[in-house]
Amino acid sequence: MTARWEHFPHGSDIGVRGFGSTPAQAFAQAALAMTATVTDLTAIEPHEAVVIECEAPELELLFAEWLNCLIYEMAARKMLFSRFEVRVEGERLHARAWGERIDPARHHPAVEIKGATYTALRVMPREGEWLAQTVVDV
Amino acid sequence: MDISLLKRRAENEWEIPVQGAMRVPGIIYASEALIRDMDAKVHQQVVNVAGLPGVVNASYAMPDAHWGYGFPIGGVAAFDPDAGGVISAGGVGFDISCGVRCLHTGLSRAEVTAVQAKLADELYARVPAGLGSTGMVHLDAAEMFAMLTGGARWAVARGWGLPADLEGTEERGQMQGAEPGEVSERAMQRQRDEMGTLGSGNHYLEVQEVTAVFDAAIARVFGLRQGELVVMIHCGSRGLGHQIGTEFLRHMAVAAGRYAITLPDRELACAPINSEVGQKYLGAMRAAINCALANRQILTHLVRGVFADILPQASLTLLYDVSHNTCKVEAHRVAGARRQLYVHRKGATRAFGPGHPDLPQSLRAAGQPVLIGGSMGTGSYILAGTEQAETLAFGSACHGAGRAMSRHQAHRRFSGRQVVDALAARGILIRSPSMRGVAEEAPEAYKDVTAVVAVAEAAGLARTVARLEPLICIKG
Repeated sequence: MTARWEHFPHGSDIGVRGFGSTPAQAFAQAALAMTATVTDLTAIEPHEAVVIECEAPELELLFAEWLNCLIYEMAARKMLFSRFEVRVEGERLHARAWGERIDPARHHPAVEIKGATYTALRVMPREGEWLAQTVVDV
Repeated sequence: MDISLLKRRAENEWEIPVQGAMRVPGIIYASEALIRDMDAKVHQQVVNVAGLPGVVNASYAMPDAHWGYGFPIGGVAAFDPDAGGVISAGGVGFDISCGVRCLHTGLSRAEVTAVQAKLADELYARVPAGLGSTGMVHLDAAEMFAMLTGGARWAVARGWGLPADLEGTEERGQMQGAEPGEVSERAMQRQRDEMGTLGSGNHYLEVQEVTAVFDAAIARVFGLRQGELVVMIHCGSRGLGHQIGTEFLRHMAVAAGRYAITLPDRELACAPINSEVGQKYLGAMRAAINCALANRQILTHLVRGVFADILPQASLTLLYDVSHNTCKVEAHRVAGARRQLYVHRKGATRAFGPGHPDLPQSLRAAGQPVLIGGSMGTGSYILAGTEQAETLAFGSACHGAGRAMSRHQAHRRFSGRQVVDALAARGILIRSPSMRGVAEEAPEAYKDVTAVVAVAEAAGLARTVARLEPLICIKG
């Protein structure tokens, strides 16, 4: 079983899906999927680390909260992230995201992410691994 | 969508009869062809909205409806606060008060042809577009509050526009009842450097030519002439609106249990209008409406600057500015009585008919301009609201073409470079920081806007006034 990510179609926007051996690993993979809607992940240099902490009363809401905190950091710091370390402890999530400032000439950002929705939001075990997915509004 | 699930009420009107948890029927305005093409999820979403507390008359879907978030995009629903009615953050969406603004230029195509590339380059250079771009206006805390309260009126007072611009802007440029104190620090932080930016995705700034006039009398009132060029700006409340939408979606999803609201889909997250969460959202959402109005006003100022330098004979006056992601308090006649309702329009345009008191005096006889954005290759339409629309769907019409394929599919199918070259061969210049973004917005990724508009007219939602085709498209 390998940690991995993929996109899935939505009528107007994009679905992001991560797989991993734990929810935390699936969350980190989904964050990669989300960034990949904007640009090529290999174009982002993981120079600078940002700490992200959030909480929510249930795991699916925590996943959406995690992506939304990341969207906030991308927007407020004008950064893109390509490496994630995520820890989930009950209702809390601690993470570090590594990235760099957006350089439109190099990153050619395709879209700006407005928010992670609750549409098609799922965090669940599937065939011995964890899946975390939702649709992001772009 | 499975047509057997629907009862045909008229040529372009389909009913989803009340069943299960539905409190009112669903009504979809569409032709048989558009219905067959519509995602089955639109049916489910119309049904879900019809089950929300305090919903009045019906849960409506416009001819361009497609799979949205909680509400379908192209969804309209009104709620009565005195009947336990709700307000829904999902029903307004993340891009609060996203909308379209149309400016006359007084120019003809011939005047622009010689400088078309220069105009495209300058618009692209001076109108910040795309992820990571920042505007010329940076707001401190006091100015942020002033902007969130004053909207386009604030922008005009700061010198970014003309007092006449406010006449043609919904709410006269300033949404009343905004509560900047309900806007989070994070939302304001996201907006600090984003005033006067276009954003990304399906947002754009276009120079378009009026290529056909269908209703000469209304076109005259709107000041539209065949061959005239206009500027169309499509964008919303930027990071501030996105953050408010995100935060209240969660507040409302978590609070729903407290208000004994059962949500068939968490995205429908809502709260009673007369509740603490409902009132907080209302105040914050109205502040975001002001942010969107101010943003489109500053963009107007930037565009005027470019035209002044390149085509000084141009006179950019505002036709109209209309939002298509909102919840507004409006008076509507229901079963013979006038009621104050909270009308949600998610990807749907207000379409008030002739004589409506909210319309500026100069347009009142003709009805409200309904600005319909198509894709960058196909064109756009200007319609006018009808009296009939008031009785059909609380004075609402469609807002665009709607996607025919997902971004994912479009990205795989099209090359951005080829799209740009093909359009350039047809005289349409595209400027964008991202070729992948262009591919995802390729004309073929959208439905036929002409079919959508034809059905809106046939259903009586609005009257077609003019068709517009792009010469220049700035895509974020």
